[in-house]
Amino acid sequence: MNESLLLFSVITTLLYAVGTVGFLIYVIRTEKVIHRIAYGFLLAGFLSHTLGLAMLVSQIRQMPVTTLPQTFSLFAWAIVGSYLAFQLKFNIRILGTFVSPLAVVFMLLSSAIPGRVIPNSQLFKSFWLTLHVATMFIGMAIFALAFCAGIMYLLQERQIKSKSFGLLYRRLPSLEVLDSLNYVCLTFGFPLITIGFISGFVYAGAVWQSFWHWDPREILSVVTWLIYAVLLHERLAVGWRGRRAAIMAIIGFSVILVTFVGTSLILEVHHSFKLG
Amino acid sequence: MDRIVLIGLNHKTAPVEIREKFAVVCVDTSGPLMNLGQMRALRESFYLSTCNRMEVLFTTPRLDEGISAVVGLLADIYGQTGSALKPYLYTYIDQDAVKHLYRVACSLDSMVVGEPQILGQIKDAYRQATEAKTSGVILNRLLHKSFSVAKLVRTETRIGSSAVSISYAAVELAKKIFQELQGRIALLIGAGEMAELAAEHLLSNGVERIVIANRTLERALALAKRFNGTTVGWDELAEELRRVDIIVSSTGSPEPILSAEQVRQRMRARRNRPLFFIDIAVPRDIDPEVNRIDNVYLYNIDDLQGIVEMNQAERFKEAARAEHIIAAEALKFDGWLRTLEVVPTIVSLREKAEQVREAEVRKTLSRLESLSDEEVEAIELLTQSMVKKLLHDPILFLKRTSSRARKDYYLDVARKLFHLDLDRAETEEEEDQLSLDSDKMS
Repeated sequence: MNESLLLFSVITTLLYAVGTVGFLIYVIRTEKVIHRIAYGFLLAGFLSHTLGLAMLVSQIRQMPVTTLPQTFSLFAWAIVGSYLAFQLKFNIRILGTFVSPLAVVFMLLSSAIPGRVIPNSQLFKSFWLTLHVATMFIGMAIFALAFCAGIMYLLQERQIKSKSFGLLYRRLPSLEVLDSLNYVCLTFGFPLITIGFISGFVYAGAVWQSFWHWDPREILSVVTWLIYAVLLHERLAVGWRGRRAAIMAIIGFSVILVTFVGTSLILEVHHSFKLG
Repeated sequence: MDRIVLIGLNHKTAPVEIREKFAVVCVDTSGPLMNLGQMRALRESFYLSTCNRMEVLFTTPRLDEGISAVVGLLADIYGQTGSALKPYLYTYIDQDAVKHLYRVACSLDSMVVGEPQILGQIKDAYRQATEAKTSGVILNRLLHKSFSVAKLVRTETRIGSSAVSISYAAVELAKKIFQELQGRIALLIGAGEMAELAAEHLLSNGVERIVIANRTLERALALAKRFNGTTVGWDELAEELRRVDIIVSSTGSPEPILSAEQVRQRMRARRNRPLFFIDIAVPRDIDPEVNRIDNVYLYNIDDLQGIVEMNQAERFKEAARAEHIIAAEALKFDGWLRTLEVVPTIVSLREKAEQVREAEVRKTLSRLESLSDEEVEAIELLTQSMVKKLLHDPILFLKRTSSRARKDYYLDVARKLFHLDLDRAETEEEEDQLSLDSDKMS
């Protein structure tokens, strides 16, 4: 990684961190200005992040997922990007308070983990892999939003049910809005990760002559897909909503985290980003 | 100097029988209060009339004459003598009048403290006054200031953000569950006064339809007619839970009317859409276990009362902060008012000219080092006499203008023309903004 890339990564992390602090201040002092400033920092971080990624891509000439740090950085980028887009549509101001720390955590993970730069490999130059990476990352980022919405829902519901209202009661939006955010995330995220899985299998079949290797990441991925499939089905079929849907979204994303972060760090699996 | 006077009555000083008399007469734009503009003792005037208050604000050079003229007019409207009306009226003068107007605009004086309608009502009343040309330099500035103070209080404190009645609290909660009440259906179980109030409040907040269930059908039909709703039989009550979203229960029944099991069974048919129970009956109508069902929320009268008390405590705290802002702003207005005198204006005009002159002379002399003392002296004298001659006519004009209304106007113009008030730019911006606002409103 050369110096300017490192610089971009540091600047991005700092901008995200300042944005996060802004969003935390916003919880205490609900003033539009504070929110706008925090949002601005996040947006600036996203632009610097995008520039950095663009430089990286032009350098390695493949998707920026060749090392674990790159992967985490790309995931942070996808989370912030989806948040910025969803915020424009939904305008749930407090959402930033829950989402931005996630981005900071992934940026820090990205810089804390040593990444071996692997030689330019033909393995990464495939249409299917590009599609797999793009859809999986955006899909997972949207599920990260659903995860935040789920936590917000549980917090808000507990206050309404128990009739004890804390600081967050006025800050958090209505249950209806949080539940529909859960649903919208599901309807966008599920098709994306489904395409991601299919393209992943096609790619694996083409490269390793076999679709399935029984490695932990593959198994957990299928579990993730099933969780969201069940949630979507139950929502549509019997009208699951509210607390249960929120809990499912939280579980789903937790499994994603284990799959994505846990297996990469702990296991040297077939699918590991380090090995490719 | 003219005095600012505010005479009025409100829900604290006058019973509804008296307030309604004024409310009816004053809404009419051709009503007797329009005569304020013709009263000789008054210079500028403005009046505000809502169902809870009536305020007459004016400036007058002769304090006692002005007050008795306005009280006399009000007594005519009331149809009694001035002394019969006096106990219901309050009279504020100068700073106190300014403060009172600010408090009204900020909704600190309202029956429901923090309710937002009053500001709009003042703006409407002010537009009428400007159309009738009864307001002048002082009241224009005062009313514009009251709008910006109200805005300031609204953004700096949380005075307007909490509900202080049971119905408000219930609606606020409903909005935290449903986001908006448009398209929702409310079921009233029992048709008492409380239920009526709640129904009114729900409808005004957007609830689409009211369904009424009552043991005696006549009463249910009467309420249904009043709210343009429908009725449902007592035995079909539980079935109705499939369709409605908000239930207000207020029967005198000694036993619970709905059990948790009855509610749980209907949730599947509702596809788990949330249900919000408001149980204002004592003893309670709804099984408390209902609150444990997913997507069902139950609040009884004590729960709601708890919210109301919490909100009242918060408002009390916020109101103290608002009072502080108002006191500071009233002082600022007083400061401005003092500048509307001839002498201070002339003084600051001279000061400003002298500052400009000195600065320019210093600049020039620093470039011309070869000048003799005599020549420097000559330049000083030259510039001094130029400034003096230039200012002579404007100052004479200001001194000679004798009519008060014109004097206020010319002084105001002079201060603007020569930019004598440091905070002027800022205020002007505000005023532009406000006139834009009122354009939008009209």
